[in-house]
Amino acid sequence: MAKRIDVNDLDIYYGSFKAVEGVSFSVEPCSVTAFIGPSGCGKSTVLRTLNRMHEVIPGAYADGKVLLDGEDIYGSDVDPVNVRRTIGMVFQRPNPFPTMSIYENVVAGLRLEGGKRSRAELDDRVESSLRGANLWEEVKDRLNRPGSGLSGGQQQRLCIARAIAVEPAVLLMDEPCSALDPISTQAIEDLIDELKERYTIVIVTHNMQQAARVSDRTAFFNLAGVGKPGRLVEINSTDVLFSTPSQQATEDYISGRFG
Amino acid sequence: MSDRTPAQLSGETRAESDRLLHDALAGGKLPRWAPAAVGVVALALAAVLNLVTFVDGVAGTLVVAALLFGVLQSVWSFVVEGRRHAVDRLATTLVYTTFLLALAPLVAVLLTVIVRGLNALSVDFLLTSMRGVSPREEGGGVYHAIVGTLEQVGIAALIGIPLGVLTAIYLVEYAQQGNSKRLARAVSFFVDVMTGVPSVVVGLFVYTAAILTLGMERSGFAAALALTILMIPVVVRSTEEMLRIVPRDLREASYALGIPKWRTILKVVLPTALSGIITGAMLAVARVAGETAPLLLTTFMSQSINFNPFSGPQAALPLFVWDQFNSGTDASQDRAWAGALVLITIVMILYLAAKLVARFTGVKK
Repeated sequence: MAKRIDVNDLDIYYGSFKAVEGVSFSVEPCSVTAFIGPSGCGKSTVLRTLNRMHEVIPGAYADGKVLLDGEDIYGSDVDPVNVRRTIGMVFQRPNPFPTMSIYENVVAGLRLEGGKRSRAELDDRVESSLRGANLWEEVKDRLNRPGSGLSGGQQQRLCIARAIAVEPAVLLMDEPCSALDPISTQAIEDLIDELKERYTIVIVTHNMQQAARVSDRTAFFNLAGVGKPGRLVEINSTDVLFSTPSQQATEDYISGRFG
Repeated sequence: MSDRTPAQLSGETRAESDRLLHDALAGGKLPRWAPAAVGVVALALAAVLNLVTFVDGVAGTLVVAALLFGVLQSVWSFVVEGRRHAVDRLATTLVYTTFLLALAPLVAVLLTVIVRGLNALSVDFLLTSMRGVSPREEGGGVYHAIVGTLEQVGIAALIGIPLGVLTAIYLVEYAQQGNSKRLARAVSFFVDVMTGVPSVVVGLFVYTAAILTLGMERSGFAAALALTILMIPVVVRSTEEMLRIVPRDLREASYALGIPKWRTILKVVLPTALSGIITGAMLAVARVAGETAPLLLTTFMSQSINFNPFSGPQAALPLFVWDQFNSGTDASQDRAWAGALVLITIVMILYLAAKLVARFTGVKK
């Protein structure tokens, strides 16, 4: 089940360095929200706090509230491992597990989270996940071949299949197409369109056309200045943000005057 | 000239400019057979020098030939091809020469051990002990020493490899900030110190700590303890290197699937690094399998078979080699070489077996 996300006054730190300041926004279930902005403005950092992935970097922490259907994922009794099972993530570079076959990669999340599942159940899940990632037809005859033997675009779809195999409520994507060619990018964008029927999607992208193509809402992040924390400048429906932005900085950025 | 387009250039001028362009791109070049020819000349010159001057012996002649080869080829190349090519050829000669120099002792050791070891090697030699065989007699064998070495090194590996690998996992995966990082630095420091401790000192330590103080008897197990201490730092270092080169991406991919840290390490990080970890562990095993000094202090040399590593003196292959060599008779010297050959073979088999295991479990290609 797709869930909504509400972020309230979020500050993010790396050690004593404040990377992001005062971010608040909401993401509706079954929608695509794009984060855009210049490099280093904290959009990836904000994305990673949405499933507590930034915590794997030593010294990183966040201050504020991130609510998943009203439940604070930074609550004192919340286990980050469970948060990440509910909120999946796809990374910039395709990163299939090199020791595992295509099949094992897809079921990695199910197997590694423990518990026994029958072979038939796993088979079903592999097929549905690979179909969900538009990869089934290309790999159904070589499920036991290593995942690292696929092309870059196929590897990225394999990573998406791996992420949706654990049936998350939300899917976070950190520049999922930046290492891919235009054809593979097209395939991933089509896939995002299909996935939003079942999942809430948040995507970070450097490509403004991509944000315009795939997202319902767009958030623009910017730095207040060199060495100052990043902040959310504005968030609006994609059509509005790209046609009549309310902030001067947004207009400068989307019209290519900086960044 | 400047107001004419290329199309207006006369045929003669066109040919002239083509030649200039060709000269600019091409350069003088030594024929392909140049290195071989220089080699023959250098060898011949060295042979002549061998006959008429102080240059003496095969090794000396070869060294002189190599020097002559480098000098002659570079000079010729400098004249025909220019400075850059001359330096390139000189550097190439140097690289090959040093490679061969480094390889020479390795090949020499292997050849000597094989040739001299085959004198006494037989099936009987592998299956009998030295019990009741006097140094002057032929016969006897290495069985008791094989049993001892396999048991001692086996016990050392059983204790040392898990300790070393787990230490490395702690250092790389867990000790990332605050107090644990300080502890990790201390552990790292002592691992480095332990790598440099001479093996005889480790033998003395086990002798005083385990045998004198705790009252353990001299046995294969005491020897195994000394070998364990020698092994741990090597395993820690190599495993640490291997874990560090596992990309962060893979760990993050695993965390993002909601997989707990310990499972990520067990199922993603370790399998990815496994091949390297096994290689490192086998190098550590190979290193301690040849240790002699700590065994002298921890297990007495024995001439008979002792299957029990926990009681009584036990032989080992390095001790066997040392003991036979010390006896000084022809028969015992042959046995010493054969023992060395057996030791090298065992280490080789273990290494190949481990490589095979690593190939089938590690990263799929």
